[in-house]
Amino acid sequence: MYAWLWRKLPGPTPVKVLESLALAVVTVALLFTVVFPWVEPRLPFNDVTVDEATTAPVTTPSASAS
Amino acid sequence: MRGFGEVLTTLGVLLLLMCAYQLWWTNVTSAAAITVARDEITRGWRDAVPQPSGSTPVAITPPVLGTGFALLYIPRLHDKVWGLPILQGTSKPVLSQGAGHYADTAMPGQLGNFAIAAHRSSHDEPFAHIDDLVVGDKVYVETQTTWYVYTLTHDDPSLTPNDIWVVDPVPGKTGVMPTEKLLTMTTCTPRYGSTGRWAWWGTLTSTGPTNQAPPDGIDPAT
Repeated sequence: MYAWLWRKLPGPTPVKVLESLALAVVTVALLFTVVFPWVEPRLPFNDVTVDEATTAPVTTPSASAS
Repeated sequence: MRGFGEVLTTLGVLLLLMCAYQLWWTNVTSAAAITVARDEITRGWRDAVPQPSGSTPVAITPPVLGTGFALLYIPRLHDKVWGLPILQGTSKPVLSQGAGHYADTAMPGQLGNFAIAAHRSSHDEPFAHIDDLVVGDKVYVETQTTWYVYTLTHDDPSLTPNDIWVVDPVPGKTGVMPTEKLLTMTTCTPRYGSTGRWAWWGTLTSTGPTNQAPPDGIDPAT
């Protein structure tokens, strides 16, 4: 996977290194701003309320008492 | 086999990144969101039509879900709970901007139970040190017109997530008409888990208008 990516990157080795770093930064940024914020409410880690429907899906607005 | 190893390594890195997001980054984003919510509340108060002077404090009507309507001050938890916004509802988006008010419960100063919840870990963890609170500690709730001073009376650190009786108008006595003005604060326990709940209860001990000196024991500016 990563070897394939390395071969696909254009330019000489120093440029490839920079491109790899840029790709890594973009990936982490996407994870932190899009993926993790979406995943996080669906995980049972940070519930602080008392609620009858703690096992209900978070898509139910009335049951979203986390 | 090499590709399989790469997939596992990638998954491991993803999980580590998720931990970093949860334990560190949500604190950064929530700290900013809390400041924004606080500014919105105080700006709303400033821009509101002035109350006729000498009017007695009136119970405010329940605000729209997601709207901030009060600020919370707990001297014992001064680091995090000093002007902490209280917003209507207890959804996850609300709790990332401050404390959430159980929408079905009383408003501050009303007969019954003013019940709020806040994070204990991640999302700026306002109630991180709920274990530091002791009986007799003061909890100050500031609304546009009124300071409400609650005094903590007792707690229960070993509740389950389904113990909804803790936010009843008379906690533990479902259906009974309230005669007291109570406060309930809930959060999770253990700190980095969500298997249990910790609740503190208090009772309203004094009120005062916000256009005069703040109540004893508090200087919002400090």
